[in-house]
Amino acid sequence: MSTTESHNEAEIVIDPNAVSMTINGKSVTARKGEWIIAAADRTEDFIPRFCYHPRMESVGMCRQCLVEVEGPRGPMMVVSCMTPVAEGQVVRTDTDTVKRAQEGMIELLLANHPLDCPVCDKGGECPLQDQAFSHGPGESRYVEEKRHYEKPIPISGLVFLDRERCILCDRCTRFADEVAGDPLITFTHRGNNTQVLTFPDEPFASYFSGNTVQICPVGALTAEPYRFKARPWDLQQQESTCTTCSVGCRTVVQSSRDEILRYQGVDSDPVNWGWLCDRGRFNFQSTNSPNRLSTPLIKTESGLVATSWTVALDETARVLRHAQPGSIAILGGARGTNEDAWAWAQLADALGVDMRDAQLDDGLPAEIFGYPNATIDDACSATTVILLAPDLKEELPVLYLRLRGAAEKKKIRIIEITTHDSGLTRYAWKSLQCEPGHQAETVQQMLSTPEMQEQLGRGSVVVVAGRSNLAEAAHHTMAVVDTIATTVSQVSVLPVLRRANVRGALSLGLAPRDSTDAATILEASANGKVDCLILLGADPLSDVPDADLARRGIAGARHIIAIDTFLNNSSAHADIVLPAAAYGEKDGTTTNLEGRVTNVAQSITPHATSRPDWMIAVELAALLNHDLGILTLQDIQTRITQTVGGFDGLSVSVAVRKNGVLVSVPPISPLQVHHDAAVKRNAYEFRLVVARKLYDQAIGTAMSQSLAALAPGAGVFVNPHDLERVGAKDGSSVRVSNTTRSVILPVHASMTVARGTAFVPFNQKGVDIRELLQTSNGVTDVQIANIS
Amino acid sequence: MAQREGGTVTSSYLHAPGFIAGDRPKIVTSRFEYADSYKIDRFIATGGYQGLRSALSRPAQTVHDDVRSATVLGRGGAGFPAGVKWGLTPQEVWPRYLVVNGDESEPGTYKDRLLMERDPHQLIEGCLIACYAAGLSQCFLYIRGEMAVAQERVAEALNEAYEAGYVGKNILGTNFSVDIVLHWGAGAYVVGEETALIESLEGNRGMPRLKPPFFPAANGLYGQPTIVNNVETLANLPWLMTNGVDAYTAIGTKTSPGTRMVAVSGHVVRPGVYEIVNGTTTFRDLIYGEEFCGGIRNNNALKAFVPGGGSAPWFTSDQLDLPFEGSQVGAAGSMLGSGAIMVMDETTDIPAAALTLTRFYAHESCGKCTPCREGGTWLERILSRIVDGKGTDADLAQLIEVGESICPGDFPHASNEALGLTAVPFPYKMTTICFVGPSAYVPVHSALTLFRSEFEARITKRTMIKVTAVGVSS
Repeated sequence: MSTTESHNEAEIVIDPNAVSMTINGKSVTARKGEWIIAAADRTEDFIPRFCYHPRMESVGMCRQCLVEVEGPRGPMMVVSCMTPVAEGQVVRTDTDTVKRAQEGMIELLLANHPLDCPVCDKGGECPLQDQAFSHGPGESRYVEEKRHYEKPIPISGLVFLDRERCILCDRCTRFADEVAGDPLITFTHRGNNTQVLTFPDEPFASYFSGNTVQICPVGALTAEPYRFKARPWDLQQQESTCTTCSVGCRTVVQSSRDEILRYQGVDSDPVNWGWLCDRGRFNFQSTNSPNRLSTPLIKTESGLVATSWTVALDETARVLRHAQPGSIAILGGARGTNEDAWAWAQLADALGVDMRDAQLDDGLPAEIFGYPNATIDDACSATTVILLAPDLKEELPVLYLRLRGAAEKKKIRIIEITTHDSGLTRYAWKSLQCEPGHQAETVQQMLSTPEMQEQLGRGSVVVVAGRSNLAEAAHHTMAVVDTIATTVSQVSVLPVLRRANVRGALSLGLAPRDSTDAATILEASANGKVDCLILLGADPLSDVPDADLARRGIAGARHIIAIDTFLNNSSAHADIVLPAAAYGEKDGTTTNLEGRVTNVAQSITPHATSRPDWMIAVELAALLNHDLGILTLQDIQTRITQTVGGFDGLSVSVAVRKNGVLVSVPPISPLQVHHDAAVKRNAYEFRLVVARKLYDQAIGTAMSQSLAALAPGAGVFVNPHDLERVGAKDGSSVRVSNTTRSVILPVHASMTVARGTAFVPFNQKGVDIRELLQTSNGVTDVQIANIS
Repeated sequence: MAQREGGTVTSSYLHAPGFIAGDRPKIVTSRFEYADSYKIDRFIATGGYQGLRSALSRPAQTVHDDVRSATVLGRGGAGFPAGVKWGLTPQEVWPRYLVVNGDESEPGTYKDRLLMERDPHQLIEGCLIACYAAGLSQCFLYIRGEMAVAQERVAEALNEAYEAGYVGKNILGTNFSVDIVLHWGAGAYVVGEETALIESLEGNRGMPRLKPPFFPAANGLYGQPTIVNNVETLANLPWLMTNGVDAYTAIGTKTSPGTRMVAVSGHVVRPGVYEIVNGTTTFRDLIYGEEFCGGIRNNNALKAFVPGGGSAPWFTSDQLDLPFEGSQVGAAGSMLGSGAIMVMDETTDIPAAALTLTRFYAHESCGKCTPCREGGTWLERILSRIVDGKGTDADLAQLIEVGESICPGDFPHASNEALGLTAVPFPYKMTTICFVGPSAYVPVHSALTLFRSEFEARITKRTMIKVTAVGVSS
C-alpha cells in the first residue's frame, strides 16, 4: 500500500496557487484569491445567496451567504462571497448560528416582499422562493404594512420593473454598469425606501437589458415577450446555440405547447459567459410569426401561389435539369447549420456548380481565414488587440462585452482603427480615427511610431478583422490585415464576419471558387449568364451593398429558386419558393466566428410544411438522380467528420457539450492581397460610412414585434461642425447625392462622426442608402445639401 | 459675523451649547477663549504653526515615531492608535491620501464642530503634520453638510494658510508640498463611516464598502492608500509636536494619554463640550462635578446615560464611577465611541427615548445591506407601536428576535445590581456591513434590558384566540 501511495504523490503536480481548506469538515482544494462561496460551489454544501454572481464583482449586500470561519478568537461570521479562501481555513456553513443568521436574512428579505408568487412570472424558478424553502424560517412574523410602489413600471421597451418584489441585490444595476457599460439603472432614495430606477426621462435602453431579467433573483424584472406566457414547470428546454450572429452564444431554448417562449443564456466560459444580447434573446418571436412561409410557392400569371412540395420539388428539379452547364449559381447558406451547408455543397458539386458564395458581398473574402486563427479567449487575453472591425457593440454584441470587460480590467490594450467612434472607443488604449480609404496610411504611420512598436512587441497581438464600412471595398481591410500580419510578430486574426454560420458555410463547401464571389455572380446574372439562381436563405436585394448590382442580378437570372423562412424582397421575385425550417425547428451544428462547433437543437416541430435545408438538398439530389449517400442528419455528420479537413476530430456528441469543439480549417484559398493607394477625394465633400446597427430591418428583427420598433430608422449622421456648414438643422431633411443618384434623409449631428465623413446606418426603414453605394470605386463620396 | 448670505446663523447658534473651560490641561482647546480664535493672526500669536515648523525640521520618520510612542488614539469612535494606522499603508505607492473625517454626525456629538469653528488652523496644522509624517501627498478635508459655520471658517482659514505659505508648494521653504481639498457632505449619517466617506468623496452614493478585504490604508480613495483620521485626532498633533511626547503622555493614563473632548447633553445643569484628562475622569465627575456639568437639572435622579454617542449601549447610575477610558467601558458593556454623553433623568420616557434613537438609525440606513435596511425599520415600527400604546407582549419578544438577525449572539449590556444583571462586554457580532444597523438595535436592547417594566406598562396584553378552520370539526 505504501508504495502505491508514494507513487501517487510523485504524480501530483503541486499548484503554487492551490489552497487547501475544509468546508463542514470536508477538505477542499481552492485557488488563491477565490471567494469561499466559489470554493463551496464545487462541494455539495450549498451556500444560499442573492447578490453574488460569479461573473460580477462581489458586493456583499444581501448578507444571505453568511458562514462561520474559525479565527483566533473563535468562529467569526463572514460573508462567503467576499472572504477569500486561505490555507488551512476552517469554514462551517451548517452551524446553528449560521442557520439562524440565514433564516433571519430570509425573513428580513421577505418582510417587504409582496409574496405575489401565484401571479409572478418568476414563481417556480425563483431563487428567493427556492431559498425561502431551503434556508428560510418557514413563517414570517412581520405584521407591519409592506412597502408599496406602482406595479410594474416599464423601464425600457423590453423590461418591466416591479419595485415591490425587488430585494435590492444590486445584480441588475451592477450588470448594467460593470458588464454592459450602460449604467442607466441605479439605486435611488435611501434606507428602507431604496429602489432601483432609471434616470428621469431616460429609459434603460441597453442592448443587454434582457440579461438583467435573467439574473434577477426575484420577479422584479420581467421581459415583455415572456410576461404571463408560461409557468417554468410547463417549459421544455433544449441547450442550443444562438444563431443570430456569429458569436455563437450558448442558450437554452424553452418552449411550451410547441411554441418557443424564451431563450436564456448559458455560461460558456470560452464564449458568452452566460450573457446574450437583446436581439438574440428576443428574436424567437420571428419563429412564431404568422408571416412564416407555410407551403411552397410557385410563380403563375397571378403571382406566387401555394403549391405542394411534390409539385414544387419536381418543378425545381426540372429547372435545374434544363439549366446550361455552369449556369447555376448558389448564394447564401450562412444562415443554416453546418449540415445544411454541406448538403447543399454536395448537391452543388454533383451539379457542377462553380458559382457559389455564402456571403453577399457584405463581408470579407474567405482568405481572411488563411491567417493564424485567434479565439475569443485569445483576443481577451492578448497583450494588444487591433480592431479593424465594424462597431462590435452593434454587430456582435457579446463579443463587445467580452472585449470591453478585458479592457476594463486592464488585461488587454485595444488599438482601434476606425472611421467613427464605436462602442469600444472609450475602452480603447488608442483609437485612431481615419477617413475611409486611408486605413493603410494610418496603419503604416502607427506601425512606425516607437510607442506602438514597443506595445506590439510586448506580447501577442490579435487583429479583430471584419467589414467595418459597407460603402468601402473589402480589400482595403484585407490589405491592412496583411500589412499588420507581415510586419508584426505573434499575430493572429479573429475574423468577425457577422452571419451566424458564415464560417461553417465557407468551410464546408460554399466558399467562392476562383474568386467568383457574390458580386461576380450577380454581375454574370445581370449579363444573362445565370439560368438558375438558388437563394439559400439569402436576400441580395436587401443585403448586397450595391443595390443596383443586386437589382440587375435578380432581374437577369432566368429562374430563381428561393429557400427561406419568410417571403422577402428577393424571394418575392422567385419562380419557386421552398419554406425552410427555422432556428429551433431543426437539429444540427453551427460554427462560430472563431471556428467553434456547437450544436443547435430542435425544440419545436417545423412550422407548417417547412423542412430543413439539408433535407431539401437531399430530395432534389434524388430527383436529379444524384445519390449523395445521405438519408439522415447523422449521415451528414459522419460524412463531414470523415471528409472535411479540420472537422475530422469532431464528433457530434462532443459538439453538443456546452463549450463545443474548435475546428481548425486549413486556408481555404491562397492569400492574394492587393494594396491600393489611398483614394483621393473628389469634389464631393463627404466620405460615406455605412454600417449596421443592432436593430434594423433584418427579417428576424422585423418579424419580432418586441424588437421591430427599436430600429432607429434611416438618417445621416455628420459632425456638428459639418451640420452647421451644410446649413441644416438637426432632424431636418437633406439631399445626399453621388455623381449619379441622390436620396433624401433626415440629418443628425453626432460627435462620434469625424468631420468630412457621413455615417448612415444600413438597412433601416425609410430611405435605402444602398442606392448611392459604388464599392467598385473603393470608397463612396457624396454631397450633402440642405433642402429645407 | 454671525450673518451669512442666504440664511441666518444667529450668535446663539454659534455659542450654545459651547465649550466650557476649566482649570484643566488644554491640548486642543487652548485658544477657545479668544473671540478671534479662528483667525490666522491669533493662531500664530498663540504658538500656531510652531508644531509644523518643529516637525519639518526633523526627518518624517521621527515625527511618525513620536506619534506612535505618544499613543495618540483615534478620537472618531474606534480608538485605534493613529501612529499604528499610518504605518499600515504600503510604502512606494503614489499618490497616497489623507482624508479628514469631519462628518461628525453621531447623535449627541458636537466636539469636532467646535474644533473646526473655533480653531480651524489647528486642524490644518494637524493635517500637514500627518501628511509629512506618514508621507501622504494630498489631503481631503470632508466636512459635514450641515455645519455651515465650520465650512466657512475652515475655508477662510485655508485661504489664509495658503496665502501665508503654510499649505501648498514648498511649505515653509522646505521641499515638502501638500494640497488640502475641502469637500462638503450632503447630509448622510453613514458617511461618517470611513469607507462610505471615501465613496462620497469619489462622487458615489454614500454607502460603506465591505472591509476586509479592502482596508482604506491599502486601497482607499481612488483605489490608493488612504489614511482616514478624525478631526480631533489631528488637532492633537500641533501640541504634541511643540511640547513633545513626554509632556503628552504625562497627561492621562498610559493606555489613554492626553485629553479628550467630551460632549455632554441631556438633563444636566450645564451641557456642553469639555476637554477632560483622558482615562481618569469618571462619569460621576463629568455629570455631577461642579467644574463640569454640575449635576442633574432640578436635582432629579439619574435614570440612564449613554456613554459614547447614540450607538453606545446605555449605562445607569451603577456605572457612574467608571473612568472615561475605553477598555474599562468596553468591559462594562458599552463603548466610548465618539465621546458623547447623553443624560436622561427620572422624568424620561424610556420607550420614547429608545424610539428617537432607533428612528434616527433606521432613517439613516443607506439601504445597502439587508439586515439594516429591513431590520432597522422593522424595529422602528414595532417600537413606535409600543410607544403609541398599541403594542402587545409578542412585540417585546419580536424586538429581540429582529435584533438577533442584525446582531446574533450575546449582545453587550451593562450590569445592574437591582435587576441582578451581570455585564456582557463589548463588542457585538453583526450580520451587517457597518455599524448603522446594530446601532438601531442598541437603544432597543439597552432600554428593554434595563427598563423592561416601562415597556410592559405600555403594552396591551393579548390573549391568543384559537381559530378553527372552517369545515374542520375540532
